Amino acid sequence: MGILDKHKAIETHATLLMVLSLLVVTIGGIVQIVPLFYLENTIEKVEGVRPYTPLELAGKQIYLREGCYGCYGHYSLAAESMYDRPFQWGSKRTGPDLARVGGRYSDEWHQDHFENAKSVVPESVMPPYGFLADNVIDGKYIQDLVSTHALVGVPYTEDMVNNALADFKAQVDPLGDFDGLEARYGEDAFGTPINVRNFDGQPELTEMDALIAYIQVLGTMVDFSTYTPVANR
Amino acid sequence: MWDYLKLIGLGLVAVCAAIAANYAHDLAYQVNAITVMLAAGLAFLWVLRTAGDPKVTNQAEYFDGVIRAGAIATAFWGVVGFLVGVVIATQLAFPQLNFEWAQGYLNFGRLRPLHTSAVIFAFGGNALIMSSFYIVQRTSAARLFGGSLGWFVFWGWQLVIVLAATGYVLGATQAKEYAEPVWYVDILITVVWVAFLVAFMGTLFKRKEPHIYVANWFLLSMILTVAMLHLVNNAAIPVSIFGSAQVQLYAGVQDAMVQWWYGHNAVGFFLTAGFLGMMYYFVPKQAERPVFSYKLSIIHFWALIFLYIWAGPHHLHYTALPDWASTLGMVFSVILWMPSWGGMINGLMTLSGAWDKLRTDPIIRMMVVSIGFYGMSTFEGPMMSIKAVNSLSHYTDWTIGHVHSGALGWNGMITFGVLYYLVPRLWNREGLYSLKLVSWHFWLATIGIVLYASAMWVTGIMEGLMWREVDANGFLVNAFADTVAAKFPMYVVRALGGGLFLAGAIIMCWNLWMTVRAQPARETKHAFVPAE
Amino acid sequence: METYTFLRHLADSWFLLAMTLGFLALCVWAFRPGSRAMHQDVANSIFRNDDRPADAHPANKEA
Repeated sequence: MGILDKHKAIETHATLLMVLSLLVVTIGGIVQIVPLFYLENTIEKVEGVRPYTPLELAGKQIYLREGCYGCYGHYSLAAESMYDRPFQWGSKRTGPDLARVGGRYSDEWHQDHFENAKSVVPESVMPPYGFLADNVIDGKYIQDLVSTHALVGVPYTEDMVNNALADFKAQVDPLGDFDGLEARYGEDAFGTPINVRNFDGQPELTEMDALIAYIQVLGTMVDFSTYTPVANR
Repeated sequence: MWDYLKLIGLGLVAVCAAIAANYAHDLAYQVNAITVMLAAGLAFLWVLRTAGDPKVTNQAEYFDGVIRAGAIATAFWGVVGFLVGVVIATQLAFPQLNFEWAQGYLNFGRLRPLHTSAVIFAFGGNALIMSSFYIVQRTSAARLFGGSLGWFVFWGWQLVIVLAATGYVLGATQAKEYAEPVWYVDILITVVWVAFLVAFMGTLFKRKEPHIYVANWFLLSMILTVAMLHLVNNAAIPVSIFGSAQVQLYAGVQDAMVQWWYGHNAVGFFLTAGFLGMMYYFVPKQAERPVFSYKLSIIHFWALIFLYIWAGPHHLHYTALPDWASTLGMVFSVILWMPSWGGMINGLMTLSGAWDKLRTDPIIRMMVVSIGFYGMSTFEGPMMSIKAVNSLSHYTDWTIGHVHSGALGWNGMITFGVLYYLVPRLWNREGLYSLKLVSWHFWLATIGIVLYASAMWVTGIMEGLMWREVDANGFLVNAFADTVAAKFPMYVVRALGGGLFLAGAIIMCWNLWMTVRAQPARETKHAFVPAE
Repeated sequence: METYTFLRHLADSWFLLAMTLGFLALCVWAFRPGSRAMHQDVANSIFRNDDRPADAHPANKEA
């Protein structure tokens, strides 16, 4: 055998090893992941579940940024997390499950809890998040965020994208004009009214507003007096 | 010519990064852009200053410079990662340490990804790159492929670490566990990883040994699988090219499945297959006898990589993930126990006939204990993946304890052993500075892990039981806050265990430093002597 | 859904059998009698070439 032939045989071996091991590690992923994009109970739509309003979406970004998912999670129906990118089921419960936390506590309770958790839950080990109430936000890039979600398939309409900034501001101003926001996301469109109020109790629109708006909508979209999840899958 | 191309490329990167910093939408992006600009600028100056120099790569020598750098980086990032771990463990016991003045930057939520990334990708990643380069050259009997490609991999990886770490603290995160780096860092990771694959495969192609030694199989499958996992799990669209925010391509259930397919196999391939590659080379070397059964290692390899990839869904028991998927994950996790223990036996039995070394050689003791912890966590893992057990253990500190007996015990200890093996050889020194200090390190680390793991077993099982405790009328007995309060003493013990482990690592750094500084040089074998 | 059910049955029946047989074949192949010398040689290969590439050895250059 000439040197060239020998070299070729060796190369083929390393390549063969590469191709074979790649094949072997691909099978599991394909079998487990691909069906989830087609199976009925994983892509089912449940009445009431809607995309987040621009303010709630901004709040979710803050929730992600602060790493809240390290201690919390939402134990939800598949449909309830269909607009969560990334999903938020969590892997640890240093704090309680948040799947049904929306509306359970008042905005004031949340303000106190973020400022100093021990003031409302003496045993709490949560860090202080009072600085969120000092961070004024203007929603400069909120339309970009909403339109990117629309791009990857969240059903935001053109109307929702174009009015993202107006809707963002309208949700914290109960005395202003929030008809557009209500029409796009509220009772007529999805069956549940929108929370419109000054979430942080301050005149400015802050990160605290956005985060509380997000927390207060969690688990409130599906009406469990009318919906029964299928148990057996 | 090549130098001019490099200069143009680096200049372009620096200018683009400067523009990006100028238009940045958020602080983290801006700081990251400035970091990239500085890195490209420094590299530019370096290339410029060395442009005229004759480039000699001595094919008659191994490329060990990059491995020396890798050893330093591994030790450094190890200490950083352990330190952040001790800090956040202490924060959980004493939340006052989430300082008000740090304005959220140093809160637990932002430091946790810093800790996990630092230990997995900075400490573990550098250990893997360093070991891969060492092993593939020695077992191929050829110099690392690609000229200075090895340096690109090394410095590229350090840049990834710095960008990701500063990003987390300043609020740039993708919020996927163990895959927190944002989109542009993900792109850089891909580039560096492909360069790593090219250097590794290229060396295999030009090898002089007829067979590819089994350690390389594990390392190669690690590189390939991690590339696949990384690309699929991080698929996202940036909100703007001037900002750190992105939107995932998958949502909800699909995202959950992809995430834990990634997450579990980051453990399976990065922290297991890759480190098994280290075991299959360094344990026989340190024991000075070949691996117990080469045949077993072949079966170990194919069974392990085939089975591991299915185990992900056990992270999603009792969620909206369909039952068939989580059952599949459970079944494969349990079967996985067998190849894992096959590998453990293969590693341990390599010492058969040389068990006396355990008494005399603290380095081999470290490696053996690491294999022991590998066996323990690969038994505990399958057990926890059984749905009935998981209903108690999931979401509790038991999971944290399990992860740490694997990470501190298996990954940490084997890496320490490898560093003790490599440093005298890489710096051409006559043995280590002090074997006594290695023993100190061994005991501090072992006691630290035992404290850590047992504290987490107690607190995990306790909180699992407290969560499900109901009274005669079916009402829950404990408020969630009661479980938080009950965990306090165990959290203190855990932080103490972590502190001991950190102290051991610092002793190791001192020992390695003194080995390089104060040990006499080894009588060189590099003189032109005929081969033995 | 139909495709899925089909694939599921496939995976539960002959594909499962094929995987098991494949694994057994791998074991037999690894433990085949003739492989002992080769495996011994590979397992010992880590004790060669510790200090420099094979090319650098004068002995190898003649080969």
